[in-house]
Amino acid sequence: MGIKLLLDKAHVEGIRFYDAYRREGGYRSVEKALKMSPNDIVEEVKKSGLRGRGGAGFPTGMKWSFLAKPEGVPRYLVCNADESEPGTFKDRYLMEFLPHLLIEGLIVSSFALGSNRTYIYIRGEYAWIVDILEHAIAEAKANGFLGTNILGSGFDCEIYVHRGAGAYICGEETALLESLEGKRGNPRIKPPFPAIKGLWDSPTVVNNVETLMAIVPIMNMGAEEYAKIGVGKSTGTKLISACGNINKAGVYEIDMTISVEEFIYSDEYCGGIPNGKKLKACIPGGSSVPILPANLLLKTAKGETRYMNYESLADGGFATGSMMGSGGFIVLDEDQCVVRHTYTLARFYRHESCGQCSPCREGTGWMEKILLSLEKGKGKMSDIDLLWDIQRKIEGNTICPLGDAAAWPVAAAIRHFRDEFEWHVLNPEESQTRNFGLAHYADPIHVPTV
Amino acid sequence: MSEAQTLFKVTIDNITVEVPAGTSILNAARKIGGEVTPPAMCYYSKLQGSGGKCRTCLVEVAAGSTADPRPMPKLVASCRTNVMDGMIVKSITSEKVLDARKGVVEFLLINHPLDCPICDQAGECHLQDLSYEHGAESTRYEFQRRTFPKHDIGPYIQLHMTRCILCYRCVYVADQLTNKREHGILDRGDHSEIATYIHKALDNDFIGNVIDVCPVGALTDRTFRFKNRVWFLKPVEAHRDCGKCCGRVTLWYRGDEVFRVTARKDEWGEVEDTPDGKPGWICNVCRFEKKETKDWVIEGVRHVNRHSVISAGHYNTLEVPKETIQDVMHGRNPKLLMDIHEVSDVNKPEIHLSEIPGPAHSDNFDNNKPA
Ligand SMILES: Cc1cc2nc3c(=O)[nH]c(=O)nc-3n(C[C@H](O)[C@H](O)[C@H](O)COP(=O)(O)O)c2cc1C
Ligand code: SF4
Ligand code: SF4
Ligand code: FES
Repeated sequence: MGIKLLLDKAHVEGIRFYDAYRREGGYRSVEKALKMSPNDIVEEVKKSGLRGRGGAGFPTGMKWSFLAKPEGVPRYLVCNADESEPGTFKDRYLMEFLPHLLIEGLIVSSFALGSNRTYIYIRGEYAWIVDILEHAIAEAKANGFLGTNILGSGFDCEIYVHRGAGAYICGEETALLESLEGKRGNPRIKPPFPAIKGLWDSPTVVNNVETLMAIVPIMNMGAEEYAKIGVGKSTGTKLISACGNINKAGVYEIDMTISVEEFIYSDEYCGGIPNGKKLKACIPGGSSVPILPANLLLKTAKGETRYMNYESLADGGFATGSMMGSGGFIVLDEDQCVVRHTYTLARFYRHESCGQCSPCREGTGWMEKILLSLEKGKGKMSDIDLLWDIQRKIEGNTICPLGDAAAWPVAAAIRHFRDEFEWHVLNPEESQTRNFGLAHYADPIHVPTV
Repeated sequence: MSEAQTLFKVTIDNITVEVPAGTSILNAARKIGGEVTPPAMCYYSKLQGSGGKCRTCLVEVAAGSTADPRPMPKLVASCRTNVMDGMIVKSITSEKVLDARKGVVEFLLINHPLDCPICDQAGECHLQDLSYEHGAESTRYEFQRRTFPKHDIGPYIQLHMTRCILCYRCVYVADQLTNKREHGILDRGDHSEIATYIHKALDNDFIGNVIDVCPVGALTDRTFRFKNRVWFLKPVEAHRDCGKCCGRVTLWYRGDEVFRVTARKDEWGEVEDTPDGKPGWICNVCRFEKKETKDWVIEGVRHVNRHSVISAGHYNTLEVPKETIQDVMHGRNPKLLMDIHEVSDVNKPEIHLSEIPGPAHSDNFDNNKPA
């Protein structure tokens, strides 16, 4: 059994409510934190090596230390619970089962950052979780952990839950802030970054649900102990939401030392692939990160075992690697069609682009149309190169990373599965009745011997 | 005060200029002028917060500043990136920039109706200029273009959303010039559109300025619609004593008749400042209701910066090909190359090129076709 820091109490009866949560040691970190100085907490978080769990993996302590602190200006902490990336559903699980863990993490973080009004921006479709969170907030307040002069420390804090209205783009932190201010959820042009000018023009930190929950074990066990878990710059535990062609889809907490192979095949985690099928491909970190064929997923291009952590998943860059992303682990077996799959993702990004900048607004729609015609057996060879050129002209040229997120899956699919695209073009009729199958995608990779 | 006087040296395509701190790369390039100036389809210096969206103005920053000479990893929007002292910028000297710019032009055009022959903006359209100067000869887009129905938004303005490039300029005009914005962007992505709230009329006194800021023919003057081509009109500077606005305009004459009234625009297509340094926006009365010479004090001919495709005579130096079309096409006479008189019905406003899905074909203009 791997180490569990967040989910260890998830199945305790009544843990969703204050009494059981408190009985199990909840809110200890608040008691501890309020006796420390805010800067010491920020230093602890730095030392813990915690990296943002929202997708980009930016070191949380460093982000906190960038927060501007001008006199007489409020500061805000905003929890990003918009979770809309296809394949990612860990925050939902965390908030549904452990609402108080989030509230606890938010109180400590708010104290560290000096936020007296803290917001949870939650994806609109998670309507029932709003009730769970608001109940937990009311309980925390009734027990003196929220409101004015918390535990006699002189620190005031209120937490508000704000529902989004169904847009993936509102998970991008500056679009989220716009939406929270009641405006259209268009990403802002950066700089200025939220740490300088965020919510209502005030310095703001935006963090993911899981990131803010991880503050609790860091406070409880101390940064040094926390940093011992995991490997290298991947400290602590990470939640992975696994789905697709696996026996046991679900949310798993892993310490980041296990291999990808173990994660897919061991009974403790995904439990292998159903119906005796073979692994064809996998998107290891949510729909935005590059897809990898089985051979490059299990081993790096150097022939080394690939592990479930930030560094190892990114080994080889985009040429032969991928990213940890938000931990949405999507497994495709030999019966899946990569062209169809890529089309599905392209359709998503086209639908979710905010439409502000021309490369993303127009490029996502164009890619979707080409992918659909390829999938329907109506594509041309030149369409594959055209797709490549379009994604290349979107990537890096947009206001926010959604443009990149739309370009990367297409680029990776063509990079690794070009044969399958070509097969669709060359066999327009056959491609409508069967899939390309496993082909050579699980074959051992040729490792250069130097 | 001291900050306004600090001058930064910036080098753009090997040309160095000095500009006050806080100047954007684009404005520094405009100071140099000419080819190194990136095209700008959404930025409008008179509209706060504009820019950053169209991405036509992307440039490469080869060195951030003297203090930190590292290059910037991505191309940046020059309209929203300020210069630093010692910054080195590449615009037309960067392959990466030219490639990205060409990409952006293509993106802006894939869903554009290209109905220039019946568009009032033709001849002074920034998208025409942009495609001519930075675009490719042909399109790689083979799908249906998106279309929207046209709306008259109030008595004076028509919104032809199909032509819109979503630059947001008109939204900023409404935000910053009128007391209450009644139109904005609905929906998102490539299905987003400029719209009023439930087909409301825009009737604010200054709303006419959206026509002047619109870089394409998406917002047009209903009092001028289909009346004339802009290149047949003679621009004349004039003013009147207006209680509402600066009253300084350009009158567009054909013969003795004033066909339209616009604000005065500078070489970047933006509304010119008045002598007291304020943007010369004009009110609806001056724009739509004063169309007689007697309403105005004429100052003289307006010299227009003729950078547009049609007026620049870009084609003057082209050689007339010696081969016939059939020679080039190996004997084939393509169907779409037809005598313009056969399809002259296109000049009839009731046939809207932009509503025809896919490339227009002569059948689309057949008068005898049952409706
Ligand atoms: C299009 C887009 C969608 C995003 N959606 C989410 C999301 O749903 N949840 C999230 O935590 N971060 C999301 N992010 C990342 C956030 O912008 C931001 O980096 C993150 O909330 C920072 O938190 P962290 O440092 O704790 O990871 C998204 C980013 C982009 C570009
Ligand atoms: S990249 Fe896409 S989602 Fe992001 S600002 Fe531009 S259009 Fe909007
Ligand atoms: S209508 Fe014109 S000004 Fe308004 S967003 Fe569209 S192109 Fe820009
Ligand atoms: S002019 Fe700079 S992005 Fe449009």
